[in-house]
Amino acid sequence: MPTPAVTAEGLEKRYGEVRALAGVDLTVDEGSLVGVLGPNGAGKTTAVRILATLLRPDAGRATVAGHDVMTEPDAVRAAIGLTGQYAAVDENLTGRENLELVGALLHLGRRAAKDRAGELLGAFALDDAGDRPARTYSGGMRRRLDLAASLVGRPAVLFLDEPTTGLDPASRIALWEVVEGLRRDGTTILLTTQYLEEADRLADRIAVIDGGRVIAEGTSTELKDRLGEDVVDLRIVDAARTPEAIGLLRELAAADPRVDAATGRITLPVHHGAGILAEVVRRIDGAGLEVAELSLHRPSLDDVFLALTGRSAEAAEAAREVAAPPRRGLFGRRRGAAATANVEPVPAVTTEVTA
Amino acid sequence: MSAATTSPTAAGLARRPVRRTPAWILTDSIAITRRNMLAVVRNPQLLVIDTITPVMFVLLFAFVFGGAIAVPGPISYVTFLMPGIFVQTVVFGGTNTAVGIAEDMQKGVIDRFRSLPMARSAVMIGRTTADLLRNLYVVAIMFTVGLVIGFRPTGSPLQVAAALALTALFGYAISWLSANIGLRSKSAAAAQGAIFLPIFPLTFVSSAFVPIATMPTWLQPIAEANPVTVVVNATRGLFLGTPDTGLVLGAVAWIVGLVAVFAPLAILSYRRRG
Repeated sequence: MPTPAVTAEGLEKRYGEVRALAGVDLTVDEGSLVGVLGPNGAGKTTAVRILATLLRPDAGRATVAGHDVMTEPDAVRAAIGLTGQYAAVDENLTGRENLELVGALLHLGRRAAKDRAGELLGAFALDDAGDRPARTYSGGMRRRLDLAASLVGRPAVLFLDEPTTGLDPASRIALWEVVEGLRRDGTTILLTTQYLEEADRLADRIAVIDGGRVIAEGTSTELKDRLGEDVVDLRIVDAARTPEAIGLLRELAAADPRVDAATGRITLPVHHGAGILAEVVRRIDGAGLEVAELSLHRPSLDDVFLALTGRSAEAAEAAREVAAPPRRGLFGRRRGAAATANVEPVPAVTTEVTA
Repeated sequence: MSAATTSPTAAGLARRPVRRTPAWILTDSIAITRRNMLAVVRNPQLLVIDTITPVMFVLLFAFVFGGAIAVPGPISYVTFLMPGIFVQTVVFGGTNTAVGIAEDMQKGVIDRFRSLPMARSAVMIGRTTADLLRNLYVVAIMFTVGLVIGFRPTGSPLQVAAALALTALFGYAISWLSANIGLRSKSAAAAQGAIFLPIFPLTFVSSAFVPIATMPTWLQPIAEANPVTVVVNATRGLFLGTPDTGLVLGAVAWIVGLVAVFAPLAILSYRRRG
């Protein structure tokens, strides 16, 4: 039976009126990779910060590598690596110096810190750039260096907080390969992401988080079974006849079809989408309905949310912003103002059928 | 990437037992100081600004106001001014601490440090120490430029050294005040603005640039009580070889007092951050 490397029970955290975490329960088995999936503001980062001892929870308890995050923070820190949303590298230091600094602060000893830095530069294809200041690095290189820095102490548990947010597709895939390598080597990884595709590819299990709570948990397959492997989006020209269209299509769906009230778009989770698409068209056409929009794609985070909560991830985020006005720091810049800038459309495989 | 280099169980680097020792404060502070000094050395622009700004101040005050500001006694305005410029510059230098800390927080570097099993005080100590070293460099430059344009300290080498040390240590005390503001700021720009709010009046309502007797009567008691005045007057006496023991002790008391209050406060709020 696998031992849990990370456990969280009823974690709560409040910022004034805002409830960032409303009781998070989470388990990550040793050697596994758990993806925490959710929109901005769902509480992903807060949860990671608590587990990495950067933040104290208001309630609940958590252990990492067998140590309590509240009472044995140093033991936790010695066992973990953390890579945050923004590459926390020192731009003025070279890649090598960045890694050696972390080694020094881990008290590895000069020789060992030096060797480890060299080793990691090689492993992350940064040998050539190793003696250049990190400010000359590309975004992808900075993330690699940041990840390397979190591995200096050979952590048993690695926290990756939205490691690919803001990366171009090629760098994203390169980083995925690195994470997969670490996973194969036996590192326990907790990864947060806004991208279903990312969680799908990397995670053994996925926890969907919303409103500071884990609302669904399971393997990618288990979650998709609730949802269908594909999603058909459909809009009828005559919006008044939408219910009629739903009636025709309901039996093709893997889960309940949903309608977006604002746009009239019907979202139909299905299995074996390509085969079903033809049947969808036949039925709609047969009833004399005119199609305004029809597409088939893999479920996105938005679809997961729609299926789990009945509202889209974007709506969840918007609702949160209304409910939680960004806190003002003592001197100026509004907290959380930068967070929403990172939203990118979820990459989806889309087959457009224009009628 | 190769499995051998990243495996947490790979041989060659045994996990160290985690027992916090007081020695960490020293070793970690040295590591952080070094890191902060590298930032100055790697930014030629910073180094140039650090060098030119004090020189500019010295030249501006000496030549622009030099003729207009009369000072009591036989000494030249340059000799009167120089100790004031030194103190003003180290106080301004102390504001770098707020900016540096705010910048590190903004960039997530502080998160990295806080996730490591290191001495928590080291991040603050390393920052203020680096800023002290930076200030020593600046004082050395100004002292040299001062000598070139007619600054003539008449005190013994020991008295001159004591004056320079007092100046630098006052900057160090201001660094700790500055650290507290940096920790509470959300950006480097905000920190810069916030720290100058107390620093400007502190520097200018003092005996740094003009004799206090030339100020309005109501302002004089404030200027007299100002720690900048105490330190400037103490160092003036030392530079001229006529040290006033009371003033020197007063300056030392201000330095010790500021550090005693603001250093624990900064380290505590760094620990509690998040």
